[in-house]
Amino acid sequence: MLTRTWPCPLSGGGVSHELALAFTKDRGANVLMIPPLFDEHNKLRAQIVAVMRCLDRAGFDSVLADLPGCNESLVPLEDVTLSGWRAAIHAAAELLGCTHVLAWRAGALLAPPELPGWQYAPLTGAKQLRAMLRARTIAAREAGKAEVMADLEKIARTDGIALAGWQLSAELFTGLEAAEPQTGTFQHIITQAEIGGPALWLRAEPERDDEQADALAELVVGQIG
Amino acid sequence: MASKLPVPVEQTGDIDLVLRQVLQDVLGLSDDRVAELDADSGLFGHLPELDSMAVAGLLTEIEDRMDIIIEDDEVDGEMLETFGGLLTFLAEKRADG
Repeated sequence: MLTRTWPCPLSGGGVSHELALAFTKDRGANVLMIPPLFDEHNKLRAQIVAVMRCLDRAGFDSVLADLPGCNESLVPLEDVTLSGWRAAIHAAAELLGCTHVLAWRAGALLAPPELPGWQYAPLTGAKQLRAMLRARTIAAREAGKAEVMADLEKIARTDGIALAGWQLSAELFTGLEAAEPQTGTFQHIITQAEIGGPALWLRAEPERDDEQADALAELVVGQIG
Repeated sequence: MASKLPVPVEQTGDIDLVLRQVLQDVLGLSDDRVAELDADSGLFGHLPELDSMAVAGLLTEIEDRMDIIIEDDEVDGEMLETFGGLLTFLAEKRADG
């Protein structure tokens, strides 16, 4: 595995040098991993790398590129928009020579429809936000404050909002609210039932599952053509 | 539902199973541990790993598996505190729906 940086173009102009994990040996197919968003990225990161190791052993390249505002990025999350993230993924695919995408969960909302690949357990942006809004109202109630999701949504659409520790801009919130995964012509959906075992994004503590990683990599390898 | 009496078993059977399965997935419990959960088993506020984000994920997953919508104002500390509290809430929700 190689750690490198890649020059990510920013929507406001300029470039941010972001981290990328790369298993690349110029073997033809190169799969760009599009990670889940927010909390689920933390929970699934080790699993994504486990799948990349399986692909590497099977003779396929893969790359996991940081997006602005995520993981090791120095860009503040509140400066990020959904269209900016989509442009970043597009640029990463081009600059890093990716031939396929494997989008995980809400990462499917960023998948460039022109690239072939897979969407693993995709979800809508509205569903992603609903869980985060609910986490905030539950935490508020514990702290003795009453917050209502509908009120928070109104505030978020104009002023942005902090949800479960993530500072979302109004543009990112409204972008996600309307976002639905687009499979295009070339992207297959992979369900958790096909992988087997419990969904790792539900786990309260991050965990890796090698059997699930093998199953997902096997599906990808079988269809990579 | 007018009564707050315990909900009959025939109404909670499949809900009980869904709830145990979701808790197993969220908490990574063994089959034995998940079978031991009873009405008094403590959840939110009792298990450190069950924080607000994990509870939010749990409720969202239950909504999906039971095809229900849990409104914000229905979520309170009492309903989330024990396995029995959550089970009773979901059984009433199913009965109302």
